[in-house]
Amino acid sequence: MNLGSLTIDGARSAVQERKTSAVALAESHYAKIESDDPKIGAFLTLSKERAMVQAAKMDALAAKGEKLPPLGGVPVGIKDVMVTKGVRTTAGSKILGEFIPPYDCTAVARLETAGAVVLGKLNCDEFAMGSSNENSAWKPVRNPHDLTRVPGGSSGGSAAAVAADMAVATLGSDTGGSIRQPASFCGVVGLMPTYGRVSRYGLIAFASSLDHIGPLTRTVKDAAIVLRTIAGRDPMDSTSAEVPVPDFVAELEKPVRGLKIGVAKEYLGEGLDAEVRTAIEAAIQKLARQGCEIVEVSLPHTKYAIPTYYIVATAEASSNLARFDGVRYGYRAKDARTLSEMYRRSRDQGFGAEVKRRIMLGTYALSAGYYDAYYLKAQKVRTLLTRDFEEAFKKVDAIVGPTSPTAAFKLGEKVDDPLAMYLADIYTVTADLAGIPGISVPCGETREKLPIGLQILGRHFDESTILRVAQASEKAA
Amino acid sequence: MRVTEKDVAYVADLGNLELSAEERTRMVRDLNSILGYIDSLNELDTTNVQPMAQVSDRYGVDQSKQGSERFAYASREDIHEGLRKSLPHDVALQNAPDADGTFFKVPKVIER
Repeated sequence: MNLGSLTIDGARSAVQERKTSAVALAESHYAKIESDDPKIGAFLTLSKERAMVQAAKMDALAAKGEKLPPLGGVPVGIKDVMVTKGVRTTAGSKILGEFIPPYDCTAVARLETAGAVVLGKLNCDEFAMGSSNENSAWKPVRNPHDLTRVPGGSSGGSAAAVAADMAVATLGSDTGGSIRQPASFCGVVGLMPTYGRVSRYGLIAFASSLDHIGPLTRTVKDAAIVLRTIAGRDPMDSTSAEVPVPDFVAELEKPVRGLKIGVAKEYLGEGLDAEVRTAIEAAIQKLARQGCEIVEVSLPHTKYAIPTYYIVATAEASSNLARFDGVRYGYRAKDARTLSEMYRRSRDQGFGAEVKRRIMLGTYALSAGYYDAYYLKAQKVRTLLTRDFEEAFKKVDAIVGPTSPTAAFKLGEKVDDPLAMYLADIYTVTADLAGIPGISVPCGETREKLPIGLQILGRHFDESTILRVAQASEKAA
Repeated sequence: MRVTEKDVAYVADLGNLELSAEERTRMVRDLNSILGYIDSLNELDTTNVQPMAQVSDRYGVDQSKQGSERFAYASREDIHEGLRKSLPHDVALQNAPDADGTFFKVPKVIER
């Protein structure tokens, strides 16, 4: 079986019609992981026992002729920032190296209730902090399209696993672009839902006002299927919204003709790679040919998004990561004589360089004398960035542009320059700050055969429209 | 240079980090570089702009109400038995680096 061509519906109906079994499907994915993952590095932990129990359950249903649930027998992978009961969860960090969670993340539980087979946990930047997956404490992930290049980050393992045929779909998390940017670099679809659309219960927190869970898949339709499965109010997460969940898959049938598509000039300016620009302009033309009306819009505060993000996100991270103290779970330094020495040494030895940098920046921005100048200032600019979108969405139904200013860069290229690394997220962070949904869909490649992603942003809780536009772009590509 | 070695030592202390001498030197350089970039925010006049701590500050708030009533969307009735059962004692302790079966164990708290 060609694993690379499998979609969710394809895998499910093959199991349903008994052309294969869910057990065989899981086994062939594990065989693929065993042969190819040593050179890619997408998986950190395999959950074979759990996967096989679930697969056998799906096969039993199919054998009885019962209708499988929407993801029945579909092999999936989970970014290692989502807790899985009984399956080691590290968040890509040494500080959680041996952590075995006592409960399941809601999004993972919902996937399994819908029949998905969880193959294992996927590599990522430590605590989802990074744009290249090089900040994983365990190993880097390599881009399946070119092993000398990064897969993007922080959900690098989630994107690479789908691109390298090691899972049909995966879950990632997006705080500043961590689903969309790796999706773009690896040539897959990556969807960040609206803030509040998907419960974060069981997501190891990085920046709570910015964290989102969403799918990475081969097709736009698959992203819609996964979103429909994981979306909706969860009493365990008070930030999950009481907003009805539409049938995102049915909504895909609506035409795109007549939709107003915004093109923001700030997203096509200085710093954008020429080949990426050409691909994006061609993708926009294809949408126009399908009857979309292309409208120029302006998001005038765009250049302030990265500085705003790196204050807000690090301030929240410094607070969230205070829980890693070596007391209740996680790594504890061996040689400490007092409690405060134990805290400091456990954190010093347990956290990697980028995590410490962000804790330091966030703590500084929140410290006495600097709060107003940095944190409060950034919160106010966050309002301005959000207003930019509110104004634009009075005129258009969606905004399109590049997901990232370049295609995948080389491993090691930006490691020593944190600021250069942060700029890889220049087109993605604003959506996180404003809480609006965004999707990256492949729209061509460079001369070196590296994938390019088209980003489509939409109104709050209007994933339906961006999924529709993404599918129109996918069909035209 | 706005951030000095001394500032880094102070902030590391607040954040319960120690950092090696090498890490501190690097941190001075990195924080100054990043904060220099962040300074561009001062180009914007935000005198009359409301801060936004989270998305629901703009989308959940009932603007017609005053005080905590405005944030009614975020509250719910207390649930006495909890939304899920508390973890059993042994499960809650299973990831602890050091425990005695009842409590988490830590080094001496009071330093002399």
